[in-house]
Amino acid sequence: MIVNQFLLIGAVLFSLGLYGVLVRRNAVLILLSVELMLAAVNINLVAFSAALQDEAAGGQVFALFVITVAAAEVGIGLAIVLLIFRNRHSANVDEMDLMKL
Amino acid sequence: MNTLIASAAPLIQAYVEEGEKVDFSDGGALAAGAWLIPLVPMVVAFVIALFGKYLPRKGGGLAVLTMGFLAAYGTLLFLANLGTGITYEGAVEIAQIGSMTVEWGWMVDGLSIMMYAVVGVVGFLVFVYALGYMEGDVRYTAFFASFILFAGGMLVLVSAPNLIQLIVGWELVGVSSYLLIGHYWEEHENSSAAIKAFLVNKVADVGLFVGAIVLAMSVGSFRFNDILDAVAAHDTTLAAVGFWGGLAIFIGAMGKSGQFPFHVWLPDAMAGPTPVSALMHAATMVTAGIYLVGRMFPFYLDAEIGGQVRSVIIIIGALTLFLTGLIALVQNDIKRVLAYSTLSQLGYMMAAMGAGAYTAGLFHLFTHAFFKALLFLGAGSVIHAVHSNNMSDMGGLRKYMPKTHWTFVIASLALAGIFPLSGFWSKDEILAGFEEASHAFPIAEGGGTLATFVLVIAIGGAFVTAFYMARAVALTFYGEFKGHGEPHESPNVMTYPLIGLAVFSVVVGWINIPGLTEFFFEGINARFQAVAGLHATSLNFVVAFIGLAVALAGGYLGWRLFAPDKPTQQERDTFRIPVLYPLLEHKYYIDDLYMDGIVRPIRGPIARFANWFNGSVLDFVVNGTGLLAAAAAKIVYGFDQKGLDAAINAGAASAGGAGGLLRNLQTGRVQQYAGGRFVGALVIVAGFVILG
Repeated sequence: MIVNQFLLIGAVLFSLGLYGVLVRRNAVLILLSVELMLAAVNINLVAFSAALQDEAAGGQVFALFVITVAAAEVGIGLAIVLLIFRNRHSANVDEMDLMKL
Repeated sequence: MNTLIASAAPLIQAYVEEGEKVDFSDGGALAAGAWLIPLVPMVVAFVIALFGKYLPRKGGGLAVLTMGFLAAYGTLLFLANLGTGITYEGAVEIAQIGSMTVEWGWMVDGLSIMMYAVVGVVGFLVFVYALGYMEGDVRYTAFFASFILFAGGMLVLVSAPNLIQLIVGWELVGVSSYLLIGHYWEEHENSSAAIKAFLVNKVADVGLFVGAIVLAMSVGSFRFNDILDAVAAHDTTLAAVGFWGGLAIFIGAMGKSGQFPFHVWLPDAMAGPTPVSALMHAATMVTAGIYLVGRMFPFYLDAEIGGQVRSVIIIIGALTLFLTGLIALVQNDIKRVLAYSTLSQLGYMMAAMGAGAYTAGLFHLFTHAFFKALLFLGAGSVIHAVHSNNMSDMGGLRKYMPKTHWTFVIASLALAGIFPLSGFWSKDEILAGFEEASHAFPIAEGGGTLATFVLVIAIGGAFVTAFYMARAVALTFYGEFKGHGEPHESPNVMTYPLIGLAVFSVVVGWINIPGLTEFFFEGINARFQAVAGLHATSLNFVVAFIGLAVALAGGYLGWRLFAPDKPTQQERDTFRIPVLYPLLEHKYYIDDLYMDGIVRPIRGPIARFANWFNGSVLDFVVNGTGLLAAAAAKIVYGFDQKGLDAAINAGAASAGGAGGLLRNLQTGRVQQYAGGRFVGALVIVAGFVILG
């Protein structure tokens, strides 16, 4: 079985996510981009697991764990962003510089 | 546990009397339990010292109870000893030094039983008296703690079956007497008296130590039994050191018993409270020397071993009895009259021991303890009433203090040796002993002449004794009262002991009437029967008559000169014999001689040296240390300022610089951080890929 096409999709998705994280100013969109990167990783995990014919299906199981953790992460992350927005009326990450001298 | 009963088995010795073997009893439980006698007062002394303030009567009650126990125990032993002579020696081994064994023991025989009884009974009465006398004293508890330590130390000394324990008791008595004489230490004179007593005793103690070591080394044991066994066996090693060893021991005895020329401390010891003087002069301390000579008596009796020392003993005793008796004639302080009288009586005892009259010497110690304690307590009662020691502030007190007056008179008569009071019997026995020794002084040539000479001196001493006691009684209790205020009789707690002692002063002589009663002789001579020395078995009428007549004459003359109804100031003044009077008043200049001849020449250089040492050496050291510290501080300051501060500043500056550089990285832009992280991850991955 050839995994190249899956890896290519994973690489494209990861790059898009990275681009979003580095370029976007809105915190919500940054979180979304992080989800993209996680999805890319999941594709890689499932693809390699299938390619290597892992009987325990470790890659798939690991992908499920990543999805669960990502859900929790987004839940907390969005809650933080919501609080920041309420207090500062903005979700722009460049304006979150209170800890800078 | 190295406490091993070394010789708990009773040492019963038998002696042969007129061909018949006589056994001694071991005294049963009474003797076996006699270890309580020295131990109880020692323990009580510490209990009172530590917890006395919380006890009823501030510890005085406990002290009196203890003395009551000792009096009862001593009396029981004394009575038991009258039946069958008790000989018992118990000991516990406490240490082993080379071949020598150090033991703690208790000796129960005629001699020690007599001392237990005297210390117990006289001590008890004196302690009861002290309850009243010391009432309201600031150091009441401390007084009773030291006082019972004093009695306890004497009992340790008396119960000692070996020289080591004897020395322990000897020093306990010395140190507690120091505490007691200096009881009123606020006055410099009193603390000087305490130091004087201690130092004079210490000088003489050197003799005791040397003697103890010499004898123990030659015999191989510190135990009296072993030493006396060696005497009985005519040990040649012991004979070789006999004279010098015996003399050294006797020098120790001279110090404690105030024999000339060590007598100077005793009159000054009057600085202590009167009950202390009473006990010190009667039962404890000064009797220790007589006791020691008595304990070693067979040693001194043996002509080939310590016999030569007896010439010295008899001469010293005779000198003491006469010279100090004369000083008593001119004293104004009532306690000093009694102190010199004690010295004189101690001279009698010591001379009697020297003459070989063992029973006589100890019998006089026994009777003297009662009437001398009574005299001191009477004097204390008077002092308590008139607040002065001087007889010039007294006079006429018989009207105010009848009980004190009568008991004092009884004691004075006993001391003067008037028939039939106790002093008559004991002094007569001593005089008879001298008389017998003049026929049969069993030492070197000329011994008989010496004894005759001493007999004459002793009879002269009897005259002097009666004279100064008549003078003291006349000046104190008769004539007009010359002091201030209204004197009053002392409380019952003080007068009852006086009455008790007065009864004893009358009757104790009757237990040893020559030819009639032999209780004392038999009791005291248990174990020493074979070497009992001279003892009058029947009254020597000539000597007794002369002694009594001389005493009466002395008393009459004293009364004539000082009695009140003849205000013969002029008569008294003509009595002041030109050369003799100043000589006596200055105590033969012996104190001055010691002060100028010994104390000052030694003290001066020591003081000067100490001053020089202080000024030059100590100050140099102190100043040097100060300067050194200042110099060191300067160096440290420089280092602190230049070295440490620079380092710290440099550290701070470098931290600041590093912070200034690093803060540029902290832009606060999240994406920049994320980018950095991605680059970092790339670098790590690239590293893994490249390096494998």
